[in-house]
Amino acid sequence: MKYSVNSVWENKDQYDIAVIGAGHAGCEAALAAARLGFRTVIFTVSVDSIALMPCNPNIGGSSKGHLVREVDALGGEMGKVIDRTFIQSKMLNKSKGPAVHSLRAQADKACYSRTMRQVLENQENLEIKQTEVVKILIENTHVTGLQILSGGIFRVKAIVLCTGTYLNARCVYGEVSNNTGPNGLQAANYLTESLKELGIRMYRFKTGTPARIDKRSVDFSKMEEQHGDDRIMPFSFTTDPGEVQIDQVSCWLTYTNERTHEIIRKNLDRSPLFSGMIEGTGPRYCPSIEDKVVKFADKNRHQVFIEPEGIETNEMYIGGMSSSLPEDVQYAMYRTVPGLENVKIVRNAYAIEYDCIDARQLKPSLEFRNIEGLFSGGQFNGSSGYEEAAAQGLIAGINAARKLQNRESIVLDRSEAYIGVLIDDLVTKESHEPYRMMTSRAEYRLLLRQDNADQRLTKKGYEVGLISRERYERLLLKEKLIEKEIERVKHTHVGNSVQMQRLLEQYGSAPLVSGTSLAELIRRPELSYEILKTIDRDRPEFIEELSDEVSEQVNISIKYEGYINRQKKQVEQFKKLEEKKIPENINYDDVKSLRIEAVQKLKEYRPVSIGQASRISGVSPADLSVLMVYLGG
Amino acid sequence: MKNHLDVIAAISTAVSPSGIGIVRMSGRGAVKIGDKVYKGRKGKRLSSEKSHTIHYGYIVDGEDVIDEVLVMLMLSPNTYTGEDTVEINCHGGVYVVKRILETLIKYGARPAEPGEFTKRAFLNGRLDLSQAEAVGDLITSQTEYALKSSISQLKGNIKEKINDIRKEIIYHTAFIETAIDDPEHISVDGYGDKLRGIVDNLLNEIEGLLSTCDDGRIIKEGIRTVIVGKPNAGKSSLLNVLLGEERAIVTDIAGTTRDILEEHVSLQGVSLNIVDTAGIRDTEDIIEKIGVNRAKENMKSADLVIYVIDSSVPLDKNDEEIMEMIYEKRFIILLNKSDLDMIVTMEEVRSRYYAINPAKSEVDDIPVIEISTRKRQGILELEALLKNMFYEGKLAFNNEIYITNVRHKTALANAAESLKKVIVSIESGMPEDFYSIDLMDAYETLGSITGETIGEDLVNEIFSKFCMGK
Repeated sequence: MKYSVNSVWENKDQYDIAVIGAGHAGCEAALAAARLGFRTVIFTVSVDSIALMPCNPNIGGSSKGHLVREVDALGGEMGKVIDRTFIQSKMLNKSKGPAVHSLRAQADKACYSRTMRQVLENQENLEIKQTEVVKILIENTHVTGLQILSGGIFRVKAIVLCTGTYLNARCVYGEVSNNTGPNGLQAANYLTESLKELGIRMYRFKTGTPARIDKRSVDFSKMEEQHGDDRIMPFSFTTDPGEVQIDQVSCWLTYTNERTHEIIRKNLDRSPLFSGMIEGTGPRYCPSIEDKVVKFADKNRHQVFIEPEGIETNEMYIGGMSSSLPEDVQYAMYRTVPGLENVKIVRNAYAIEYDCIDARQLKPSLEFRNIEGLFSGGQFNGSSGYEEAAAQGLIAGINAARKLQNRESIVLDRSEAYIGVLIDDLVTKESHEPYRMMTSRAEYRLLLRQDNADQRLTKKGYEVGLISRERYERLLLKEKLIEKEIERVKHTHVGNSVQMQRLLEQYGSAPLVSGTSLAELIRRPELSYEILKTIDRDRPEFIEELSDEVSEQVNISIKYEGYINRQKKQVEQFKKLEEKKIPENINYDDVKSLRIEAVQKLKEYRPVSIGQASRISGVSPADLSVLMVYLGG
Repeated sequence: MKNHLDVIAAISTAVSPSGIGIVRMSGRGAVKIGDKVYKGRKGKRLSSEKSHTIHYGYIVDGEDVIDEVLVMLMLSPNTYTGEDTVEINCHGGVYVVKRILETLIKYGARPAEPGEFTKRAFLNGRLDLSQAEAVGDLITSQTEYALKSSISQLKGNIKEKINDIRKEIIYHTAFIETAIDDPEHISVDGYGDKLRGIVDNLLNEIEGLLSTCDDGRIIKEGIRTVIVGKPNAGKSSLLNVLLGEERAIVTDIAGTTRDILEEHVSLQGVSLNIVDTAGIRDTEDIIEKIGVNRAKENMKSADLVIYVIDSSVPLDKNDEEIMEMIYEKRFIILLNKSDLDMIVTMEEVRSRYYAINPAKSEVDDIPVIEISTRKRQGILELEALLKNMFYEGKLAFNNEIYITNVRHKTALANAAESLKKVIVSIESGMPEDFYSIDLMDAYETLGSITGETIGEDLVNEIFSKFCMGK
């Protein structure tokens, strides 16, 4: 295929916003832009790969589940689609605190993609276009349009780049190297050059995926069955929990062993990673099996999860064993795992290398600092994961639309959402590997729970215009009920009646010597708001559809009140620094007492607030003081 | 920005044995703390007094009377910082001012950051815009001093101990966090019991640091004295002489740099931290160059520079460079090797110095002493000079050392507090993810002592120590 600049032609259709790429970031970006009333066109190299899940067959997981719920609360689509297409669901970390509870669902991959594609196809103001975008057009640092492979020019006012892992993509295993995107799909080989011409700094990252195998060749009797939850929680706040109680399929757990590791060790010299054939930087949190064996040599086994890729396929995913070893070695190593002795590989494991950007070139709105109207989201920004992509895509899409509305960008801060943490980290911190969301990255995680994502973000989504009035009012009602009930519980006095003592005994809780408040009892680790229902005669009946949600919020708010209040205080401090804005035109050379290193870093990052500046490595507290003094006059 | 919520406190006079000392507090609530520590003669509370008045009474810590004082009460907005301010004028003397400062901290004040009083004055509009730069300079230079004194003067193996404690904390936090991020691969069930024992131990260690280290002072207090001179001028012999005679060596620690040794000496009641440096000369040798640069760096943070000249060798370009560098410093020049044929005389040294620093010729008679380290001549004269300078107030500790010490002590206490909260969480049956919150607080607080920030520590620890799935 050859791209020729000689055959330039003009597409006369009118569009406002173009989204490049139709993965998880692109879909959210395009839907948001179109729903906010802008004529939007989404480009993809293959319509059949819209919302493709080229790696693991699940949505959510620790901290990623939080992201999905936040996307939903803001009016995004991912949660709704997975609720319609999951085949197993689990709330992870249920034995731990509510802040780290996280939903994870196994998706029927094909069904997920098809469903999302239908949503796109039926969205008013949105058109899908299959072609490769080769060039971004700008005039005086403003986006004016783009050019496609055939030379056609589309005029638009804003562009959202969501190219995922497709830019100059190369798939590698053993001695094989294919210049394709994931799953053998066509790569995008021209756009990087155009971006570089615009002065954009590029990185080259790497990631990998395990093999897919034929279910009929697996001996499940040698594995442990992994069931979903008995009572399933939906992702979307709009999904009726009654509608997601489906028959679930199982996943299976097995382990590698010394024989597996021996084979890997013996063949390390044939791995493209170790031989230097792959240059890209891989993620530490998602190591290939050969990485694990080398780095954690003292572990004599690693877990392996066998997960279905869908209902209407026999393909299964081998979670925990991604690899770029040669195909013959893959056969050998997989066949040492109990249950996989006769396994048949449908698609082999591979590593993929791709171009992405140094996201520190972006503002927190996800617009390029130096190019007006150019936004980006997803793996293109150096992240990894479907959920991280969707979250950024949504924000980039919203902000592209707001740019055209002449409205201020939506920027969530670290105390408001995991999305805020994700984007702040991406645009502020230097990173040399694909970025994955983790709960440990969220310093205020007690406040950023998956159960209260609606309370944190629905109002924002409503103001943006992606949440209906009805949904917003439902939230207001819920909040009112919660608040009232918390007050009641705090002021309800309970005595040491026989019934009470019996209940306490039943749950192994110390008997009451004198009366206390209901709230005090809820704080006992072995008790809860729900358990105390029988002795709480005045408990009001909440409207049916809100009952569970209100109970949960009351329970958490009371039980962890002390910790929550502490974090709220920290947030107050944090907000003070975030609110101290740094003017865009500041000349750091004029700030005399700043250290040279700080001046360099500040010039490079151009933080929007003192708070953001404080998170840049190389900027010391004294530098911040100096800066505040300079700005404070 | 007006009227900050927290109260800051610092010693605002030079810490020396002479004259009076002033300890200052500023911020909303300063008067309240004043009420807790000040006892007026007529039993009147400070908060019932009018603004801009002076009161005679005592500073007390509970039952203990610390000093007889005059307290100035100045209410917002007409004060230096623009905030409520309490100034305690006490008897001078190292011990008293420190006790008073620590008492204020105990009752709720926070040790001021470098330059913070001036910064607040500026932010509250008490200084005009043209002074912003000067304020910035003050913050930068004082911070640099505090950092240097804190890192290079951390006593003995304290830095190591704190680092060990931090390592332990981050390891266990990373384990918990890995289990949360990857619950299907790593289980943290029952970890609370194990952690309980570990946290108990860490807590003991911190409390040990707090109690055994010279009353919580974990950096060495003393006049930071740097010996400089050309190679072979007799710098090291001077140090040995000062250390060798009747004086007690209090401690000896290797500084942050292996080639610069720092000694603590008490000369007739004057505490000195003496740093011996590499000889200064223009050199192409890389290793030597590093030593020379370090010597220059050390000089910047010195309270006193002792410049040793070999009087048997003519002065040269290198001497002129040193004379230029000591311009803004309190210094003493020693003409060593007076037992040999002296080529360099006192007069020559003086005239050279004034030629290089003409502005100084009218103000200062520069102190020059002839000594012989080999014959131990002139040493008593040097001691007498040092003592006089100290008692006349010409030579003082930099306040930053004291306040840094108080900051460190506060940091250790806060870290201990955080670890106690972890124990409470474990005991009250809270889930494991709650432990990390206070563990990381302790980690961060301890890092402020050794001058380290968190950054990506936790994430790095997770990836390097534990095997994540997928």
